[in-house]
Amino acid sequence: MPTPHALNQYPWWKYLLIGLALFWALTFALPNLFGEDPAVQISSARANIPIDAAFQSRVAGLLEAEKLPHKRLELETDRLLVRFSDSEQQLKAADLLKDRLGRDYIVALNLASSAPSFLRALGLNPMYLGLDLRGGVHFLMQVDMDATVKQIEDGYVDEIRAQLRNDKVQYTSVGRAATGGVQVEFKDAAERDKAAQALRKSLGNLEQTDAGPLGLKLTLGEPEIKEKRDFALQQNITILRNRVNELGVAEPIIQQQGSDRIVVQLPGVQDTARAKEILGATATLEFRLADEENDWNQAASTNRIPINSRLYKDREGRPVLLQKRVMLTGDSIVDASSGLDQQNGGPAVFISLDGKGAGRMEAGTKDNIGKRMAVVFIENKTETKRVDGELKKSTFTVEEVINVATIRDRLGRRFQITGLDSTREARDLALLLRAGALVSPIEIIEERTVGPSAGKENIAQGFRAAMISLLVIAAFMTLRYKTFGLIATAALVANVVLIIAALSMLQATLTLPGIAGIVLTMGMAVDANVLIYERIREELRNGNSPQAAIHAGFDRAFDTILDSNLTTLIAAIMLFGFGTGPIKGFAVTLSIGILTSMFTAVTGSRALVNLIYGGRKLQKLTV
Amino acid sequence: MGPFSLYNTNIDFLRWRKLAMAWSVAVLLIALLSLLVRGMNLGLDFTGGTVLEVQYPQPVEIPKVRETLAAAGFAAAQTQHFGTSRDVLIRIPPHGDQSNAATLSNDVLRALQTAEGGAGATLARAEFVGPQVGQELVEQGGLAALGALAGILIYVMFRFEWRLAVGTIAATIHDVLFTVGWFSLFQIEFDLTVLAAVLAVIGYSVNDTVVVLDRIRENFRKRRKGSTMDIMNLSINETLSRTIMTSLVTLLSVIVLYFLGGAVMRGFSIAMIIGIVVGTYSSIYIASATALYLGISREDLLPRAKETADERP
Repeated sequence: MPTPHALNQYPWWKYLLIGLALFWALTFALPNLFGEDPAVQISSARANIPIDAAFQSRVAGLLEAEKLPHKRLELETDRLLVRFSDSEQQLKAADLLKDRLGRDYIVALNLASSAPSFLRALGLNPMYLGLDLRGGVHFLMQVDMDATVKQIEDGYVDEIRAQLRNDKVQYTSVGRAATGGVQVEFKDAAERDKAAQALRKSLGNLEQTDAGPLGLKLTLGEPEIKEKRDFALQQNITILRNRVNELGVAEPIIQQQGSDRIVVQLPGVQDTARAKEILGATATLEFRLADEENDWNQAASTNRIPINSRLYKDREGRPVLLQKRVMLTGDSIVDASSGLDQQNGGPAVFISLDGKGAGRMEAGTKDNIGKRMAVVFIENKTETKRVDGELKKSTFTVEEVINVATIRDRLGRRFQITGLDSTREARDLALLLRAGALVSPIEIIEERTVGPSAGKENIAQGFRAAMISLLVIAAFMTLRYKTFGLIATAALVANVVLIIAALSMLQATLTLPGIAGIVLTMGMAVDANVLIYERIREELRNGNSPQAAIHAGFDRAFDTILDSNLTTLIAAIMLFGFGTGPIKGFAVTLSIGILTSMFTAVTGSRALVNLIYGGRKLQKLTV
Repeated sequence: MGPFSLYNTNIDFLRWRKLAMAWSVAVLLIALLSLLVRGMNLGLDFTGGTVLEVQYPQPVEIPKVRETLAAAGFAAAQTQHFGTSRDVLIRIPPHGDQSNAATLSNDVLRALQTAEGGAGATLARAEFVGPQVGQELVEQGGLAALGALAGILIYVMFRFEWRLAVGTIAATIHDVLFTVGWFSLFQIEFDLTVLAAVLAVIGYSVNDTVVVLDRIRENFRKRRKGSTMDIMNLSINETLSRTIMTSLVTLLSVIVLYFLGGAVMRGFSIAMIIGIVVGTYSSIYIASATALYLGISREDLLPRAKETADERP
């Protein structure tokens, strides 16, 4: 047994460790103290329109002309942030800027942290607030995968029919089977065998089974279906991302959830009707031949457009002059995928057309080899705007050239577009080509909207509940354990700071249930101190000296604390694994709280006890 | 000493174990019966449908709102005040038509705004949950609860002994059933946050039980005398002050949450309050009594001296 003097003293490095941990926690928690400014965030909608100092002064001029006071303008890498002192000014300014800046810029509402910029430069950010605390819309969308497979099979029906006709195989019918797959019927078995052989060669990816006396069934293999489903999901995510961008949302979240769902979170967006209009726009595609006889730039600058041509813009805003006649529309596209060109290894997009489309493509390209062909992406959008206080619905079309390529050959059922700058560009083009052809239908299966004032109220209520909880616990503990109660309170405060620091560092989402998790952990965190203190009292009653009692109390209570915290942690982890949205937020704060409370309530409060009582001769101890 | 005098108590808790068991069985039967007969008042998260929270600039009467909604074709809507007389909560049961349901919130709000006295009405919260999502949430919630129970069972079996593990699980299931039964009996709405609270109750209940189990194990190893029941009683008495203190502190913080956390947190707080109260009772009675019934004895908890000796080189 060590002498009482050696008891309850930590080596210097332990104090240092605790000090460092607290310093770390305070540093990471610091940005949360500054609150947030309502702000308007402006970014460029096109690559060739820069956000620079000139643009900054233009925006400043616009705001000044309308006498809209703002706190300050901040120019960042590719966005301009205008801070306001209240949200009314923010909304007014956003409406004004949207109106004046036009579609070249994305004007979004944002809540910008008002922490000094050096903190941000150090990578220190406040906690990320969930939609229930900051207001906004949450959509859960489901991609209709049955429809996706059906669309693909419909495409194959056309293709098989054309193939059989090409190979001069006699068939009686080709169609989608009710149970999935493509069913082909023949007059006799010989024709069927001929077809099976021909199709195995040209469409080897389809699995063949005999169906009925004179039938052949072709089904997509599992890996192919999976690939198409993944593609359908990715395609929808890409399209949604493009559309959300123009909706003007500061920090949107668009991500996959499960195998066929997409989560879209739009903080700050209130008008769900408009959000749905934009997210639900439909797209089509057109292939047009380029106007090779006139100068594109000249036509654009003089605005003198030849009678048989139309002026378009590409994604960078450069003018493109195309023939008025549409060669082919997107509904002829059966499939588009990106890959590598077999000849030069560069990125390429492979396109398959249906039978009718192939015919038109052949006719359109055979006399135009060496000339250019463009793909125009057309989105039909509905927009509801407030005009003179009344809501007016307007439909408009956005047309954009997504690719211009030289025709190298007579194009038919399958062709490829090469000369793309990157595999990423190839991937995007393939997605857009398919977007114009056959987008898998998506439906909104969950929607949650929280108004901005409701969000603010939730924060206020959560904060008040947490503070009062803390005060009540502090009063209760101090009443019962005197000095030790104060130590437990100090540990509790440190615990809350640690939780906030951890949440800020991980940028985990704080939700209202998350605040409930913090309140609950406060109650459970003092349990460790209660266990220790009750143990010390017991040891004192058993006649141990104060120092020995403190030592034994901390020592013996530790096993219990470990056991009880680990079991709670198991429940919290299960909650995290199976929970979604706000529940996950609860599980996160609960888990973090359990872990940090082990540190503060055991190591932290021990350090304080050691500092106060350690190494002293104690006759009496009040616990 | 502090304001409570819970030391050196010598309450023969387990003497009443039969009575406690009978009481628990009776209560749980009522809970089960209520679950079977009345079922749960499941919230939007699980049933699907639409919920709107509309805030008026001035107090508004519910019958008027109902009239407006009925006139606009939402006769199935349920309307009630939420928090204050300026806030109205509107529930619309799931529709047959999906795409229509997704735009419902905007239609309803527009109808309310154009009605008399509704000019400044704003949407504080709108939620739409499709039926397929609700079904999944029920499944995931059930899986989370089962997963938590299984994980805890394994942990306690590994750290303690199987009889105590069964006792712990019995106590936990008791608490969960009691809480859920309460929600069923009084038809309090059971939503996603309440489900989170029930899972937190699992964590809390086990936490409470493990503290008693720890002491039982310690006392079995320390004391050579006394029957199993004596040791258990002693352990419960020794940990009593801690059990009550912790329960009180946690209870207080949850009560604060009930009153100040806002309407969204109310269901959560109710579940936690019930869970903490029955959790305290069950860790005293159910866990130890079950282990006692299963015939736990001192030998089961002593460290296996021979084996550990063999392990050391």
